[in-house]
Amino acid sequence: MARVRVGLFVTCLVDLMRPRIGFAALKLLEGAGCEVIVPDTQTCCGQPAWNSGDAPGAVALAKKTIAEFEAFEYVVAPSGSCSDHIRTEYPVLLAEESEWLDRATALASRTYELTDFLVTVMKVDSVPGKHQGTVTYHDSCTGLRSMGIKQQPRALLAKLKGLELTEMNGCEECCGFGGTFSVKFGEISAAIAERKCENILASGAQAVVGGDLGCLLNIEGKLRRMGNESTQVLHVAELLAGED
Amino acid sequence: MEIKSMYFKANAKTKLADVALQGNLENARGRFVTTRAEAIKELDDFEGTRDAAEAIRNRVIDNLDLWLERFEHKALDTGAKVLWAKDGAEVCRLVIEIAKRHDVKKVTKSKSMLSEEAGLNQALEAAGIQPVETDLGEYILQVDNNEPPSHIIAPAVHKGLNDVADLFHKVHGTPRKTDIPALTREAREVLRQHFLSAEMGLSGGNFLVAETGSVALVTNEGNGRMVTTMPRVHVVITGIEKVIPTLEDLSTLMRVLPRSATGQSISNYFSILTGVKKPEEHDGPEHLYFVLVDSGRADVVGSDFHAMLRCIRCGACMNHCPVYQTIGGHAYGWVYPGPMGSVLTPLYAGMENSIDLPHAATLCNQCGIVCPVKIPLPDLLRKLREKQTERGLRPLTERIGLRLWAWVAQQPRLYALGARIGARYLKWLAGGTDRIRLLPTAPEWSLGRDFPAPEGKTFRELYAARKHQAKETP
Repeated sequence: MARVRVGLFVTCLVDLMRPRIGFAALKLLEGAGCEVIVPDTQTCCGQPAWNSGDAPGAVALAKKTIAEFEAFEYVVAPSGSCSDHIRTEYPVLLAEESEWLDRATALASRTYELTDFLVTVMKVDSVPGKHQGTVTYHDSCTGLRSMGIKQQPRALLAKLKGLELTEMNGCEECCGFGGTFSVKFGEISAAIAERKCENILASGAQAVVGGDLGCLLNIEGKLRRMGNESTQVLHVAELLAGED
Repeated sequence: MEIKSMYFKANAKTKLADVALQGNLENARGRFVTTRAEAIKELDDFEGTRDAAEAIRNRVIDNLDLWLERFEHKALDTGAKVLWAKDGAEVCRLVIEIAKRHDVKKVTKSKSMLSEEAGLNQALEAAGIQPVETDLGEYILQVDNNEPPSHIIAPAVHKGLNDVADLFHKVHGTPRKTDIPALTREAREVLRQHFLSAEMGLSGGNFLVAETGSVALVTNEGNGRMVTTMPRVHVVITGIEKVIPTLEDLSTLMRVLPRSATGQSISNYFSILTGVKKPEEHDGPEHLYFVLVDSGRADVVGSDFHAMLRCIRCGACMNHCPVYQTIGGHAYGWVYPGPMGSVLTPLYAGMENSIDLPHAATLCNQCGIVCPVKIPLPDLLRKLREKQTERGLRPLTERIGLRLWAWVAQQPRLYALGARIGARYLKWLAGGTDRIRLLPTAPEWSLGRDFPAPEGKTFRELYAARKHQAKETP
């Protein structure tokens, strides 16, 4: 049987900050039996432009991304936020251009967040990770509330034998990142992050895990500023792939 | 009300540093969120009820003129008078005219946010008429130098017990006390005299029922009934969008409103007031006026922000908003705070006066999820950001920066080079450690947290190297 052809959308933040998350995603997808292609012209999905009120910029980047990825059976990103932007927002921002709308809608229906794809589409039985210890899971807002990413990462983490999941209070509450919000209103953003970090610390978990790098950078930055050096901050793909 | 939303950022900074306020906000946060979550469990199909509530509100705002006319006809039949105000100044003028016509010296008020929009209390005082706020929270604020409310249903939520104890001791001249029932009794004794002596009562309205020409009031303290039934004259001030078709619709909306607002199955008091006192009746006003206010609402009909008119003013969006929970309502600088306020303030009080508000949200969509009439608040905030850009209201550096970034992101080779340099620059800033203490390109980030160091090379570099290596060693 032909392997499922997946276009990996690495995301601009992973490209810049944490390449190992991209490689972890690659390993997981290949491990699940996919043929993974990483288009080298990919840049950013355009969400920062869209959320900052630059509709023309967002439209241009949407078209670019659609053209790069529409040849694949599926598009997968290690981020709920970026994959939701393709899935939910592309059809909205291209609503006025019928030809592009059709292409956007077609791509949207084949775009997945990584853990959702592994569970829902590939129905994976096992993952290579071997993490030992307690972790707590931060549900990132867009993945959770727009795409229903909740049980998928937990179902995968449950396959790691030595791992114990300890839910924190307010795991569904925003960490305060909010993209450009974090640099426009840094103090408010950091104060929201502090509540999140207090909940993480109160859970007693050795590591906090999430599916969106933006949130994770925010959480890690706040934990360290609060003087916490011991709590690991990991992307779910790193854990599942055994790349942590 | 004077708008101070242009000082949002400076005000937010002050609120973050206010230790007492932070404690009060923390108390409120837990209460509102938990009680709502419990209350919605009582309904077998809360989501279905939300859908129904949304449909009712859409039915009205999609044909607002028609429903307003129907309401007006019915209200006139009941002996009420219906007046139309295009803005806050006209609200003040009309209410003062009514007061003078009926020789009114004192007005008791139950909560009305439109009265705040219009700055009615100040106008009444200037006309020699004494306004008395009778909602406990509003009363506390009025006797505290007319402090503005910080929440639409819990106006004094920013105050703590000790604040109120000090305040009552000062303004009532009574011994200081911290027993809550004793404090409320003290307020009640003061207010009782006003209820008995006011010639006119003024209320807002949660809903106007077109079918019967009635106003529906949702209250918890009983003051609403004193205000609307004891004086000779009752004036209802409300926005034109508050009309709903039928009593049946009212019952649907009442399933979601108190639950979303205070987490109650039903409020302590729920009144449907129809018409003036009839000869055979023992109480009720001899004169009933509806002042229906536009103040920017008609312009929203049919606009990109049309859905905002569905709002039933429950406050759930602010109760669940991480930003509101962190800074409270005053920082937003006008009548309506939180997510709904960040949409309404630009629309009603000027986009140019509230540049920060649509951006002061993480777009987490907690507000959209809890909204009982399913207003897509994050989408509306994003749309406002777009309007700001179109109208050139964003700082020039930001606009140029965004356009430049979006342009570079469309040039893969240039973008890749930029990312390579960026990754190395950030790595250098970290100086061999795992974090950057001060991020020069985005200093706001560093105010309250570190920035984790990057690995130092981009994914695309490493991936290209890996592919190259695979080719070399087959």
